[in-house]
Amino acid sequence: MTSITDSPKGGFHPRQLIYDTRYRSLTIQVVTFVLVVVAIWQLGSNLMVNLANLGQEPNFSFLNQRAGYDIGSGFGTAVTGYTSASSHLTAAYVGILNTLLVAFMGIVLATIIGVLAGVLRLSKNWLVSRLMAVYVEGFRNVPLLLWIVLIYAVMTEATPTPRDFRVDDAGVAQAYMVFDAVAITNRGVYIPGPVWGANSGILVAIFVLSLIGAFAYRRYAKKLLFDTGRLLPLVWPAIAIAFVPVILFYFLLGRPVGLDYPELGGFNFSGGLQISNPLVALWLALSLYTGAFITEIVRAGILSVAKGQSEAAEALGMRANRTMSLIILPQAMRVIIPPLTSQYLNLTKNSSLAIAVGYADVRATLGGISLNQTGRALECMLLLGLFYLALSLVISFVMNVFDNSMKLKER
Amino acid sequence: MKKTVFLGTLTAAGLVAAAAGAQTLADVQSRGNLNCGVTTGLTGFAAPDANGVWEGFDVDVCRAVAAAIFGDKNAVEFVPTTGETRFTALSSGEIDLLARNTTWTMSRDTDLGFDFIGVNYYDGQGFMVPTELGVTSAKELDGATVCIQTGTTTELNLADYFRANNISYEPVPIQTNAEAQQQYLAGACDVYTTDASGLAATRATFENPGDHVLLPEIISKEPLGPLVRHGDNEWGDLTMWVLNALIAAEELGITSANISDMAAEATNNPEVNRILGTEGELGAMIGLDNDWAVNAISAGGNYGEIFERNIGENTPIGLARGLNAQWTDGGLLYAPPFR
Repeated sequence: MTSITDSPKGGFHPRQLIYDTRYRSLTIQVVTFVLVVVAIWQLGSNLMVNLANLGQEPNFSFLNQRAGYDIGSGFGTAVTGYTSASSHLTAAYVGILNTLLVAFMGIVLATIIGVLAGVLRLSKNWLVSRLMAVYVEGFRNVPLLLWIVLIYAVMTEATPTPRDFRVDDAGVAQAYMVFDAVAITNRGVYIPGPVWGANSGILVAIFVLSLIGAFAYRRYAKKLLFDTGRLLPLVWPAIAIAFVPVILFYFLLGRPVGLDYPELGGFNFSGGLQISNPLVALWLALSLYTGAFITEIVRAGILSVAKGQSEAAEALGMRANRTMSLIILPQAMRVIIPPLTSQYLNLTKNSSLAIAVGYADVRATLGGISLNQTGRALECMLLLGLFYLALSLVISFVMNVFDNSMKLKER
Repeated sequence: MKKTVFLGTLTAAGLVAAAAGAQTLADVQSRGNLNCGVTTGLTGFAAPDANGVWEGFDVDVCRAVAAAIFGDKNAVEFVPTTGETRFTALSSGEIDLLARNTTWTMSRDTDLGFDFIGVNYYDGQGFMVPTELGVTSAKELDGATVCIQTGTTTELNLADYFRANNISYEPVPIQTNAEAQQQYLAGACDVYTTDASGLAATRATFENPGDHVLLPEIISKEPLGPLVRHGDNEWGDLTMWVLNALIAAEELGITSANISDMAAEATNNPEVNRILGTEGELGAMIGLDNDWAVNAISAGGNYGEIFERNIGENTPIGLARGLNAQWTDGGLLYAPPFR
């Protein structure tokens, strides 16, 4: 493999850059580096020259101009108070918030689906494991865009329009609300929304404190178990700590939080909370699609844990579900987390397909409507790229921290 | 030092390449066909027929330009574009001409770096609703869900109109007309809004067009016209005068039926002679043969014929001439003199 080169006598000769193995790789690297830099520089300057010829030098001042278009109601619009008189920058914020929302919801649901399906895929029950195989192969082998559009189409075609809820002259409507509280329409699901009255801040604070209390109790019970071996009841006390004070204070404070029921008025339901169909379709499609990949990752992780581990747990008399949650999954996590991070990143970036169903994510506002109305394609795409890059780096960072905390701890 | 020379050469090459982009006519001629951007499908304006041959009002403008250059109305490559992709396609040079019911606005003409070559359809934004809603005016649309094609001027007009009238709505952004149609028919939106001509064209393709009404309000001016890249004035002039020739031909009574007789020998109307090349050298002024207008008009007839065949009252779309009549008939069509 390696050849021994005599150290040359009489100083350095340029020929050595090619023929001397000590310098050759360095030469190749330098040449490649220069070529890459020149190529990038050439592409960039060509772009700038051509844009200048078209009279379109990069210019970000459009961000402060009035956007002029409306964005459908939803999380981002509600938080920023966006109207058509807001700036393109605000429109971008609306999109960013909507992207974050769907990415977060998607990651949570995809993880739940993936872990459940991954465990079930290894089930000894033939039917269950086959069903999971069908789910995995069905979702990961069909393009995501088709799933998004399909789910959206089913949701708009199969559910009644708000018009169908209207009671006609004979006193009959074609569709009815579930428990008079939830309306499922082809525009979205309307559920009762909270009305925050006076003192509701206190109630929220109490709820947060009770949650902290419940976790503290869990910690204490765990410590007691490890120190003394005494096992306190876990589930019921924790639930009681979390909810009893809130319910008590809810009545003591005179019911500060009310419910606003959706009501059919004019063209649409008004009041309550609307969960729009595009959001649901995008959320489900992203979760089911990414969940299929996570299923395989979880399966691989579980299979990577040596069989002796579960056999040892069995020998100790552990029940199957405890073996899974206490022995197998914690060890499998080390194998699962790195590819899981990539799936989270994929899901986040895939959420940019939102425009297919008209969900106002950042690709649809900044990279879609704003881009079109201002014609600033390069600038919008640059900002969009930066946003996705930043978001992906944050997700990677968080996952790396989590990965470190899951490392084997030598005791 | 050598590196600097190398980089300098590359830069120069880039500049030359950019400058070469200004010779659109030469590019089109050497390529042998015109690349024309049209919609992804809007019946009457641009849509492929059962055999995959593009036809429609905007398509005929493309064909007239191709005929003027090559004498062959089929020397056109049609590139379907959405409201979002159309401007990038034009400024990148993927298409030479965009004839896609695009509204002429100041910022598109200046900031985006395009030149509109005229107006081939004077339009305005309207609303379509199902008859069963019993709505008779756009002002009754408070709280309605509205389907709207994104990346269009209609999106901005809609926001302005509802804001000015202090009524609320829920926009549903849609990318193509076909998608909008599907959403509207499924009841995912109460209202579909776009240019009134587009609404008429869309309604014509419905199973029961009578179940849907166009509201009387026209909330904007939408002068729709073909456009080219800014900076190549020769190409802009050529396309502009092809469009003007189609309009002037109707005014002067030149039709696809009588054009061969009129072009055979000089008539006693000097302007007709100048257009048809039996007198003067107008063709050379735009870099074409003298029979350019004969070819352009023969391709699909004059403006009136194109209108009647694609979107006129005898078609399912059934649009009246209205503002799009000749100025002599009280419309806005007014071609400058051919002199």
